[in-house]
Amino acid sequence: MTESTSPSFDGLEKGQTVAEREVAITRDTLVRYAGASGDFNPIHYNDIIAEEVGLPGVIAHGMLTMGIGASVVEEWAGAGNVSDYQVRFTRPIPVPNPGAASVAVVARIGALDEERRTARVDLTVEFEGAKVLGKAQAIVDCE
Amino acid sequence: MPVNADAVGRSYGPFEPYEVTRVKIREFADAVDAYSGAYRDVAVAQAEGYADLVAPTTFAVVIAQKAEFHVVTDPEVGVDFSMVVHGEERFTHVRPLVAGDVISTTVHIDSIKQRAGISMVTTRSELVDADGAPVSTVYSTLAVREA
Repeated sequence: MTESTSPSFDGLEKGQTVAEREVAITRDTLVRYAGASGDFNPIHYNDIIAEEVGLPGVIAHGMLTMGIGASVVEEWAGAGNVSDYQVRFTRPIPVPNPGAASVAVVARIGALDEERRTARVDLTVEFEGAKVLGKAQAIVDCE
Repeated sequence: MPVNADAVGRSYGPFEPYEVTRVKIREFADAVDAYSGAYRDVAVAQAEGYADLVAPTTFAVVIAQKAEFHVVTDPEVGVDFSMVVHGEERFTHVRPLVAGDVISTTVHIDSIKQRAGISMVTTRSELVDADGAPVSTVYSTLAVREA
């Protein structure tokens, strides 16, 4: 007998906030993500190269932002229970040096599928009051 | 030079299989601020019914990006990597990746849409396990600006 971690479907309500988190992204965060993911695009660590291609400076990996979003959903959903997850990258997050870019993540129930017992979790990810991800949706398998 | 729209339909791989390890899962979980014990502690993962450590939802990007690299470096596709911005990403999982998985990936160019000096290149990476059973599909859309 195993201890399932999927959330209970019953009692969920559309619009309900299931998890939220404020994350401080620093240059250290970017270096760690580059190493963990294998994404060594220099726009994520080298200001000169970032500016040469028209960016305001070093920006966070879009996949880091997406990954943090997933972590917030998983905090509620449990490990291994997100079967589908999509985002659009709509704005870059410049990461200062020194300092941190503070990103606010809120995960809310966007839709419920009674038949499949799945919940669509809609993510709002904001930096300086503006959304950085569009159509950020995760499908969570519930009990 | 713009991206070659005739490259739609091309496929690459499968490549040398990727071995999912506990070390890499822990490293990735730390990098994306993932809290669950099932990403770090084998006993916790097994108590939750998994064979070994579970990979966070977006871990499959580690495997998919290695495959996508073959697309962006194919001279006949013509992607200037310095002009690339990530547009969209999607993961569809049949089951979560776990440590010990040996994953083979084939990547397909599903669409290339061009407008106003930007090419939107969408790839689809199909990840299968050692038995050939599907594990995940990773869709990635890159926006490539013309230099």
